[in-house]
Amino acid sequence: MDFLVFQYPMITVQACLDGILLGVLFALIAYGMALQWGVMNIINIAQGDLVILGGYIAYFMYLYGIHPAWGVIVAPIIMYFVGIAIYKLVINKVVDRDLFISILATFGISILFMQLMNFAFGADVVLANSHYGTTMLFDNNVVLPNSKIFSAFISILFAVCLVIYMKKSKLGRAIRATAQNARAAKILGVDTEKVYAATFGINAALCGVAGALISITFTIHPYMGLPYTIRSFMIVIVAGLGNLPGVAMSGMGLGVFEEFADYILGTEFRIGSVFLLLVLILVYRRFKLSRKREYLK
Amino acid sequence: MKLNKIILSFVSALVILFSTSVASFAKVVGDKIILGAAISLTGKYSSNGVHTQNGYNMAVDRINSMGGIKVGGKTYKFDIIYYDDESNPKRAAQLAERLISQDGVEFMLGPYSSGLTKAIAPVTEKYGVPMVEANGASRSLFTKGYKYLFAVLAPANLYLDVAIETAVELNGGKPVRIAQAFEQDAFSQDVRLGILDAAERTGSKIIIDDKLPKELNDMAATLVKVKQMKPDVLVVSGHTKGALTAIRQIAEMKVDVPMLAMTHCDAAKLSKQHGKNSQYALCASQWHKSLTYKDDFFKDGMTYAADFEKEFGYDPPYQSAESSAALLVFKDAFERANSFDQKKVRDALAATNMQTFYGNIKFAPGGQNVDKPMVLFQVMCDDAGKCENKVVAPLKWASAKLIHPVPKWSER
Repeated sequence: MDFLVFQYPMITVQACLDGILLGVLFALIAYGMALQWGVMNIINIAQGDLVILGGYIAYFMYLYGIHPAWGVIVAPIIMYFVGIAIYKLVINKVVDRDLFISILATFGISILFMQLMNFAFGADVVLANSHYGTTMLFDNNVVLPNSKIFSAFISILFAVCLVIYMKKSKLGRAIRATAQNARAAKILGVDTEKVYAATFGINAALCGVAGALISITFTIHPYMGLPYTIRSFMIVIVAGLGNLPGVAMSGMGLGVFEEFADYILGTEFRIGSVFLLLVLILVYRRFKLSRKREYLK
Repeated sequence: MKLNKIILSFVSALVILFSTSVASFAKVVGDKIILGAAISLTGKYSSNGVHTQNGYNMAVDRINSMGGIKVGGKTYKFDIIYYDDESNPKRAAQLAERLISQDGVEFMLGPYSSGLTKAIAPVTEKYGVPMVEANGASRSLFTKGYKYLFAVLAPANLYLDVAIETAVELNGGKPVRIAQAFEQDAFSQDVRLGILDAAERTGSKIIIDDKLPKELNDMAATLVKVKQMKPDVLVVSGHTKGALTAIRQIAEMKVDVPMLAMTHCDAAKLSKQHGKNSQYALCASQWHKSLTYKDDFFKDGMTYAADFEKEFGYDPPYQSAESSAALLVFKDAFERANSFDQKKVRDALAATNMQTFYGNIKFAPGGQNVDKPMVLFQVMCDDAGKCENKVVAPLKWASAKLIHPVPKWSER
């Protein structure tokens, strides 16, 4: 146990800011997951691998001398079509089956993607340098890499655009209608097949944006996708489906929670504490549900 | 039905054909000494697996073209059977079984990484197959009493203790304050044990002792602590991921620390990926091309590096150099044993005392090489941003003077 947080108060500020910036990025990935989970009832285990693939797109742009920040525009476009392709090849065959089948299918896609990326891009850990510099606050006691601020800003921008798109556009309304009741939507003339494909594509595009941002702020590696899947799963579980402010809040909450776990329990318990939190929340939800059931009885 | 029968007989014919042809692969066929190796050609270790394979191939070609191996008045040549272990310990152990019991291999070369060597060693030990390995440095490999395992490299606990010694020396012999962050895997934890030993020996104090998770890509928390507590030395070991993450975040967060020591800078292509930000980092290395060890086959480090680059198109990392050295050791042992008897070869290996371009090689009873110190190089960049690794410690091998303390970020 470490109580540095209390000895050096500035660490608390640093941890909160780091956590929020990180959390916003998690929330973007989680939003994609919540969207397709809500619409198609599919838990996408390959979410993290789509993120990493997006990261590689930005990395290759960087290799060819283009600033990796352009990756946040190029990666989602490419990833949208990757998403549509995955939908047409695999997901449309499992979309109305039970959850277990879809988990298995996406788990398979995840393994396939990891191996393909390893085969195509090699097993080296890579990163793209943005050369964005650093912001110093509070007499140089709190440091925020500008790349993290940039990634949080872009995440928010994309999330807001998507919300507006969902509210205003025809496709957005169709997606929301399908999420509420696929059968009714179909009867009323919504082409649900098209909606499903678009939803999966949008999710993949969001992963692409997040991946490009991760290649700028952290590192990417073909086998690094799973932690992102787990975190987004956790955020969606906490927030519930179709609850966008909830996703944003729980994303930031998770980021801050992770940072504090890191300082107080030690870095080795960082991911462990995320899992512990997940278990606690699931137990709490069950407890609440059972009380509700008793009340109904 | 009929078709099924045809397919069945075809398959069984193939199986019989293969089993007979495989059985004829004995240890020594004609004038060939056949060695076996399971190497990570795919999976997460594939880049270092390829470095290892290139090192092996380079040495095989060189030894064969320079007269081969003379045993019992006859000249033999090396040949290697490779299998891909997919970076998976279970698969590596299976492949070792297969190499020994099906392919009849009687001498083995090691895989890449401590974890995979650990998986293979019990198998080679069971069959009494001598294995010379070049890429498993974990201390636990050498404390199990293995009789047939020989490692040409220095054990993991010696990787960074030179750094602590140097820091104490530069501090006028007074103890230093150490911050350390290590990944939780066998290798990095062994490096950590080495630091703990060095700290105890010099009376130094460890003020931050973080364990990094395997899925590490953010060590901001550790660095914030470093910023607040201002240690004299920061030690990081977490494979390539650890090295890349550390440099990125140290530069972004402008963490000033007088000495930064790491492992895996070579493999991470640190100076290529980070350019000037990686400047002044100290890196532990098993080998560096500027060292002046010599042998008859590769002459010296510089010649080896030039030949390697000509053949494979890149500067050899130490993983390739040590792999090449493993074959020189085998050749030497075969000639001294003057026999292909596994026991005799094993005894000859145990009595090895030679110099190769890679360094002196002499095995302790546990199988580790005790005659080759680790070197530390420092990343040094010129104004144009071109970076080079220069050996700075131990002093005997130094080709440049250590820059200490590392200049503050505000002055760079």
